[in-house]
Amino acid sequence: MARGQQRLRVKPATVFVYIVLILGIVPMLFPFVWMVLTSLKPFQEVFSLNLLPSNPTLANYVQLFSRTLFPRWFLNSTIVAAITVASVLFFDSLVGYTLAKLPFPGKNVIFVLILSTMFVPTEMLVLPWYQMSAQYGWLDTYWGILFPGIMTAFGVFLMRQAFATLPDELLDAGRIDGLSEFGIFLRIALPLVKPSLAALAILTFIGNWNAYLWPLIATETRQMYTLPVGISLFSGEVGAQWNLITAGSAVAVIPMMIVFIIFQRQILEGVVRSGLK
Amino acid sequence: MKLKLSTRKAIWAYVFLALPLLFYLGIRIFPTLQAFQMSLYDWHVQADQRSFVGLANYTRMLSDQRLLQAFRNMLWYGLLGVPAQLILGLTVGLMLHSIKKFRGFFRAVFFAPYVAPAVAVSWVWSLLLSPHLGIVNQVLWYLGIDPQPFMTSPSQALPTVTFVVVWQFLGFHVLLFLAGLESIPRDYYEAAQIDGANRWQTFKNITLPLLNPTIVVSLVMATAAPSTGMLQLFTHVMNLKFDDPGGPLGSTLTVVLYTYQRAFQAYDMGYASAIVVVLFVILLIISLIQIRLTSREVEY
Repeated sequence: MARGQQRLRVKPATVFVYIVLILGIVPMLFPFVWMVLTSLKPFQEVFSLNLLPSNPTLANYVQLFSRTLFPRWFLNSTIVAAITVASVLFFDSLVGYTLAKLPFPGKNVIFVLILSTMFVPTEMLVLPWYQMSAQYGWLDTYWGILFPGIMTAFGVFLMRQAFATLPDELLDAGRIDGLSEFGIFLRIALPLVKPSLAALAILTFIGNWNAYLWPLIATETRQMYTLPVGISLFSGEVGAQWNLITAGSAVAVIPMMIVFIIFQRQILEGVVRSGLK
Repeated sequence: MKLKLSTRKAIWAYVFLALPLLFYLGIRIFPTLQAFQMSLYDWHVQADQRSFVGLANYTRMLSDQRLLQAFRNMLWYGLLGVPAQLILGLTVGLMLHSIKKFRGFFRAVFFAPYVAPAVAVSWVWSLLLSPHLGIVNQVLWYLGIDPQPFMTSPSQALPTVTFVVVWQFLGFHVLLFLAGLESIPRDYYEAAQIDGANRWQTFKNITLPLLNPTIVVSLVMATAAPSTGMLQLFTHVMNLKFDDPGGPLGSTLTVVLYTYQRAFQAYDMGYASAIVVVLFVILLIISLIQIRLTSREVEY
């Protein structure tokens, strides 16, 4: 278990662990492999036991992007995720910085107030949010889809932890140089917490790209669906057209896989830094 | 005019916090209170159709058979899913921590389902598990096992949903345990080795107690947290059986799904609010009990 125990010769326990892990690959990845392979099959071939398509074709993707609203849903998801990530990064770090580095009366009350919102489940909020959106005409708009997520208590917590480790002298140096308080935050503090910002950005992006309950409620016309809502309702409509469903799922999954493979290390660090460990 | 530095800092702090505070008050705290208020009304989207009904929405819940079934299902999801999630998460976490080569690769393998949208993986699994044409049954048939009905059987549907959820969030728990294991200082293991402790003793007396904070987080996340919690399932249940969400015969119905159906299909907002208020209180109590029972201060 500990590195200290490991010797040069291969122990039977290690071999066993590798065998179990290799066997684990099948259930973890097979659905994705099947999804991609099936999306490359013509409709008639979907039910054959052969995993590999005999005549691989991109026809399903062509159909998906030319005859359905998929490109629009992809665009909607991208717009919503991009704006949300930008907003979360800016506001959560600003609040985290203020709570960690600026002394002011009422600080603890405000921190507890923000943290307490983490414990209210989304389901409880969606009904008032829907009410509010209906009243102000936010339903079926980008703002309506994204307004609940533009700031997160989790991010405030994460960034506060990160800023707390910065030495005050650094910030004071900025004050002596005549920077404004906002300048100190932007020019000195923010560049020093880049790893935490990266982790927050990735986790926020994943959460938004995959969000389902609120976008399902907040959208009305098909043009405004996000990718998960689109797949869900589209699949319900086309019924047995598995080739289209698998192609659509692949379009939603693959960007996430790429983001994940690139930023694996930061995600792990984000979990460690957030104190969740 | 020259202000004291501390005064200037405080003013800036309030400037920085103005907009965020407006957000937290208006979009988080006010709606929370509003949910309580709505639960006391016969509340419809149009304001002229609302009337105060006191606790009627709450008493109505006691005789709502479908809701009671959803709560019973919730219990089963928790009893099946939470232990499975924790035991698998800890086991895979320990395995990944013990190996040196390909650790990053295997971590990616187990984490892959977590980053994929729940809607997409639910649809893929519903096709894989289709009783007549799904590849899982074809493989079972190949192995000489009778085909299984999975999502079409009232007795198998709930375990099937649980399986897909555990599969999807396993990587998240593995990641939590990996982070926890990495934070245990190596010296403890070296000391145990010098004392002649065997693997099991080391695990029981060092790894497990020092992993306690991780276990608490993992337990709460697997039980009551939004999106990863077994007691708050929605997306998977909705998409694994899209033609009859919550079916067959309500056997997979969850409280959140039922709330959604009451609120956005029947527009019975007041009653739906009462249900989420009760759910919130139950989840809060369960989380607090879990934290209380499992948190122990460990000192070495």
